[in-house]
Amino acid sequence: MTDYTPAEIMVTAAARQIRDGEVVFVGMRLPLLAFMLAKETHAPHALGLFENGVLRDQPATAPIITMGDAPNQCGALKVCGLDEVMSLLSGGRVDLGFIGGAQVDQWGNVNTHLAPKPDGRAVRLPGSGGGADIACLAGRLLIIMNHERRRLVPQVDYVTSPGWGPHPGWREEQGLTRGGPAALITSLGVFSFPRGRAELSSVHPGVNPEQVARETGWELTQAPGLGTTPEPTDRELAIIRRFDPNRFWTA
Amino acid sequence: MAKARHKVKSLSQAVGELVRPGDSVALSAALEGCIPYAAAHEIIRQGIGPLTLVAPISNISIDQMIGAGLAERVIAAWVGNVSTGIGYNYRRAVEQGLPRPLEVLDHSNFSITLALEAGGRGLPMAVGRSPMGSDMALNNPQFKSFSCPHSGQKLLAIQALNPDVALLHVQRADAQGNCQAWGASGFARQAAMASRRVLITCEEVVDSEVIRRDPDRTLVPGLLVDAVCEVPWGAHPAPVQGYYDLDNQFYLDYAAATREPAGARAWQTEWVDGLEGREAYVAKLGGERLRSLMVSHSRPSAPLEYGW
Repeated sequence: MTDYTPAEIMVTAAARQIRDGEVVFVGMRLPLLAFMLAKETHAPHALGLFENGVLRDQPATAPIITMGDAPNQCGALKVCGLDEVMSLLSGGRVDLGFIGGAQVDQWGNVNTHLAPKPDGRAVRLPGSGGGADIACLAGRLLIIMNHERRRLVPQVDYVTSPGWGPHPGWREEQGLTRGGPAALITSLGVFSFPRGRAELSSVHPGVNPEQVARETGWELTQAPGLGTTPEPTDRELAIIRRFDPNRFWTA
Repeated sequence: MAKARHKVKSLSQAVGELVRPGDSVALSAALEGCIPYAAAHEIIRQGIGPLTLVAPISNISIDQMIGAGLAERVIAAWVGNVSTGIGYNYRRAVEQGLPRPLEVLDHSNFSITLALEAGGRGLPMAVGRSPMGSDMALNNPQFKSFSCPHSGQKLLAIQALNPDVALLHVQRADAQGNCQAWGASGFARQAAMASRRVLITCEEVVDSEVIRRDPDRTLVPGLLVDAVCEVPWGAHPAPVQGYYDLDNQFYLDYAAATREPAGARAWQTEWVDGLEGREAYVAKLGGERLRSLMVSHSRPSAPLEYGW
C-alpha cells in the first residue's frame, strides 16, 4: 500500500470533483493543491479563478503559499481586481468553488467565524474572506475539512457560508438562486448532499462507517452503495508533493 | 479639482499629515500582495488612533495595529495570518477587549468591495446577493435585505463605505501620484476611488514619461492621490510582483512571537517602535534575506506599441 497522509487523500478526492473544462474558484491550502492536481491529470482544460484577481489555466510556475505569491501571477491569463473575478462568480460563470472551515453541519453550512471553547466562550477566527461569496454564488460547492466531532456538528454556531439550510427551498427563501454544497470531503470520507443533507458516500481506505459515526456530531446517514475512496496513485502523490515540496499543507 | 501637483514626501511626514485620530483607514487592499506594511508601521510609530480599519483579507497588517492598541473598529472580510490562520492580537481584542475593546463589522470579500465601489460612485448603497443566508447579513447593520423594484427578487442593500484614508502600496508612481501596479489588485482601485485621502507608498518614484509609455498600467490616477512616498521593500513580508516574493518565514515567526501579549509587545518593539523607519527595518532584514526574496526567474512583459 502506498504511504500517504489524510491530507493527501483529501486532495486527490477533491481533485476528482473537478471536471475537465470547468471554471473553478480556487481557495488556498488543500483546494489549491487539488486544482493543481486536477490540471495535471484528468482536467487539463480547467480554468482557475483566485479571489485577489487572478485567472490562470496552468499550475503556478513554482510552489506557492498564498494566491498572491509571484509564481501564481506569472503566466496567468489575466490579473485584475477582486470585483472582476467576483463578478464572474456572481454572473453564474463559475462551475465549482472550494472552501474549508472550522465547523460544518449536516446541511453544509460552514463556520469560519467562531470556534466554541469548552468553557462556553468562543475563539474568534479570521472570518469569511471570499468563502461566503463562493458558497452563495458558485454552481457547486465543495467543502474540505478535517474530520473531528467538534467540527462536524449538528448545527454550526455561526453561518459564515450558507449551505442548504434546514429545509428544502431554504436557499431560495434567502434569495440565493443557485449553488449549494455538492460534497464534503473530510479526513475520513466523502459526503454528498443528494437531498440537501449530508450522506456518507465513501469512506477512505482503512476507515469504517462506525468510526465515521463516532467522529460525526449528527446522526450519520449512509448513501446506498457506500464505497471506498480510491487511494491516491503514485503519480498523484508525486504531483501533490511537487506543489507542496516542504509538506507545508499536506504533512 | 485635482489635488496639488508635487506630492513626494517622506513617509513620516505623509502619515502625520494624512492620518488622524478617529479616521477610518482602508489598507491591505490587494489581499495578500502589496500590503502597505511600512505605512501601517509608521502609523503605529506615531501612535495615531483610535482608527477604524477597512480591509478584505488583511493578513497581519490589521493584527499589528490592533496589537498596538490603535484600532477601535474593524470592517473586514478576514483578519488573521494567511500562513497560519489565527491572528492572536485580533483574538485577544475580540475575546477579552485587550489591549482595547474592538467592534467588528463582518463582510465578505465581495460585499466590502461593492461597498467601496458604491462609495466611490457617490451612491449610498450597493446591491449584492452575497452574503445572503449568512449570519453576517443578520449581524452587520450595513446589510439590509430588500425586494428589487424591477424583478421582485430578494437582494441585499450593502451600505456604501467612504474611508477617510486609503493606504496603498504599488510598484511605481510619478511625483503627481499617478500609480502603476501590476499583479492582482483586489479592491485597491475601489479603495482609492472611495477614500477622501490617498497615501501611496511605492517601490520607485519614476518620471512621468514612464507612466505615459504605458497608461493602461495606471491603477490610480494622480487626481485622487495626496502623497507619494518612495519606500523600497515597503510591503515586505507581502509579495510585490516584479520586485520581491512572499517572505513566508516572517509570517510563521510572527505567529509564534505573538501568541502571548508579552511576545506581541516585544515583537512590536523589535520590528516597529525600536526602528527609526523603513530603512532600519530593511537593514535589519539583511542582504542575504532580501536577495532570497528578489526575482530569480525573470519574465518581462512583451513591449507594446503605443504610438500612432
